[in-house]
Amino acid sequence: MPRIVFVEPSGEIWEVEAPIGISVMEAAKRRGVAGVVAQCGGACACATCHVYVDAAWLAKLPPPEDMEQGMLESAWEPRSNSRLSCQITVTAKLDGLRLTVPERQG
Amino acid sequence: MIIGAGQAGAQAVDTLRREGYTGRLVLVGAETELPYQRPPLSKKYLAGELAEERLWFRHRAFYEEHHTELRLGVRATQLDTASRRVLLEDGVAIAYDRLLLCLGASSRRLTCPGADLAGVHYLRDLGDAERLRAEIRPGAKLVIVGGGYIGLETAATCRHLGCEVTVLEMGDRLMARVVAPSVSKYFAEQHAAHGIRVICDARVAALEGDTRVRRVRCADGSVHDADFVVVGIGALATSALAQTAGLACDNGIVVDEFCRTSDAAVFAAGDCTNHPSPHYGRRVRLESVDNAFEQAKTAAQNLLGRGVIHDRIPWFWSDQLDNKLLIVGLSQGHDRIVLRGEPASRSFSVCYLADRELLAVEAINHSKDYMAARKLIAERVKMNLDKLADPSVALKEAV
Repeated sequence: MPRIVFVEPSGEIWEVEAPIGISVMEAAKRRGVAGVVAQCGGACACATCHVYVDAAWLAKLPPPEDMEQGMLESAWEPRSNSRLSCQITVTAKLDGLRLTVPERQG
Repeated sequence: MIIGAGQAGAQAVDTLRREGYTGRLVLVGAETELPYQRPPLSKKYLAGELAEERLWFRHRAFYEEHHTELRLGVRATQLDTASRRVLLEDGVAIAYDRLLLCLGASSRRLTCPGADLAGVHYLRDLGDAERLRAEIRPGAKLVIVGGGYIGLETAATCRHLGCEVTVLEMGDRLMARVVAPSVSKYFAEQHAAHGIRVICDARVAALEGDTRVRRVRCADGSVHDADFVVVGIGALATSALAQTAGLACDNGIVVDEFCRTSDAAVFAAGDCTNHPSPHYGRRVRLESVDNAFEQAKTAAQNLLGRGVIHDRIPWFWSDQLDNKLLIVGLSQGHDRIVLRGEPASRSFSVCYLADRELLAVEAINHSKDYMAARKLIAERVKMNLDKLADPSVALKEAV
């Protein structure tokens, strides 16, 4: 099963086992990664599952769709490597994906 | 002790433990399932695209790790605030020091003749969704009573699954309570384009059938054949437990900005509350994931004596067909409505203002305006009306 690494603002590091087919957000929620709030449950409606993608992994992800891009523009401190974790589906290729959780969501 | 294991109840467990509460924690829920998300029940879950466990907020291990006693599948039947005890329907009485009521809301029921026939469905919980799902098959005739969020999301999902769908709306337009006329019109066109019959000004007089519902008769004499019926005509705050206990209730359990009820040891959060909105300067009752989540968080903090005020700009969303409707703010009291963009482009927004201050925005397939509006509303920014009406100017720059 792919493993996804979440780095929380506190420095706490989670290595989460993520079944293929669920979203990266769901994987974080299951383990209780505190900084991934995901109020809307993955509907791309709240921007509270915002993460920064490690540079090495950015190009390996399918690019965000317009709805996600529009959400990210006004998320808390967006950067060029910002993504909504609910819009990233876990695949075998993402084993080892490393994400940093922002200090706040919204 | 928390009564009600929905969005608010589950969030309160999380916040109480994160905030360092180490005492006994009991979560009572009427349903047998672990606390789960309701929004997908009319969308992906109904469509069979989501397994039940993907609805859960947390897996069972989370509640074990956080030493939470789950009492699921059992209703709280009586609350005695004098002795600080709650009686459950299985006869167990539980004493509390502090109580949080997250009772939610329940579907408003149709009262016309035939309303209790088999094949008449509501959509509020997993059991409802399961029963409804068993009726869905290609070619089946579905009549939906009510053109609000639940009715239209269900219409879209069932149409996608091949049902012949008719939506009967009592008012003169869809979602009249929550969106502008231009948005109602857009969604009516979208549903029609997907082969859904939308009929407004339709007053349901009776549901008719034999062993189960066969047709819906309207006051004007029109008759609509039905293999099954879904009723989505709004929800009522669940407050009987609180009311019987003597807590102040008025369209929901009355709480203050700290989520306290009229009893000092009892707090309430979520759809069941009538609470002050400091931003809008009036009392509101909201059926919203965000409110349930945030109010429960605040209530949990205040159960621990933190003194936090609940003051949120509410937001809502609805997925219908391939459209996403995003709403932020409350539009009541506006003196102007500005349309940004063309509905024909399938991406536009409607802004509500009072004295040039943005009160609310309805964004259709337009997440940029929606997200920008969240900040502009909260900060009470005065908008520039000329820039606002020009969709080529970003909303956040239209000031």
